[in-house]
Amino acid sequence: MADAAPAPVIVRVQRDDFDAAAETARLVAGRAAAGAIVSFTGLCRDEGGRLSALELEHYPGMAEAQIERICRTAVTRFSLLGIAAIHRVERIAPGENIVLVIAAAPHRHAAFDGASFVMDYLKTAAPFWKKEHFADGSEGGWVAAKDSDDTALEKWS
Amino acid sequence: MTRLVYFAWVRERIGKGEEDIDLPADVTTGAALLGYLKTLGDGYAHALEHESVIRIAINQEHVEHDEPIAGAREIALFPPMTGG
Repeated sequence: MADAAPAPVIVRVQRDDFDAAAETARLVAGRAAAGAIVSFTGLCRDEGGRLSALELEHYPGMAEAQIERICRTAVTRFSLLGIAAIHRVERIAPGENIVLVIAAAPHRHAAFDGASFVMDYLKTAAPFWKKEHFADGSEGGWVAAKDSDDTALEKWS
Repeated sequence: MTRLVYFAWVRERIGKGEEDIDLPADVTTGAALLGYLKTLGDGYAHALEHESVIRIAINQEHVEHDEPIAGAREIALFPPMTGG
């Protein structure tokens, strides 16, 4: 058998919503070696009805480059057959999608680990920031970084 | 001239998203840059009050505060990231 084509790495930062099923189909099209796909979708919570929207800011250029770097590391580390990471920006309402990560691998453990690794690093190393807007019209301020997101990285070191 | 770019609450407190600035010759590291900017006004002082939480990127790459900034085209200052 000839060498397989390089694992696709799909990275996008966009305002518009994404279609997880369509992105998954695109990632694995023609890759019959893929026996496992893990797809993670992060959504905007309503925070008990208090939140009216999140505003997502990013550093154009660096955001895409950091996500791509994280994805390529995951491909190598977990021998993934493909990875996609799509992050939305600007105003996002409760219930809407924020982020999509899809990892394809021959077996399930690599696919789970690959998606989890990319999400953990994306939260702490990719330049995105969330600001809350509340249903009562007030501005909730910038979401603070969580220590738990930093400790989540420890399992990969 | 060095381009400085700011994001999230650093941007809001400084009151602008970017600026081109002539840095004094003795501002040679990220830490020195933060110290210098804090002298430029209350907005800067407020934004950079807690220096240790400020993240620095040079030419769109994360760096430590003691990293030399010589030759940087673009230096970004921002809070801890909260994407995902």
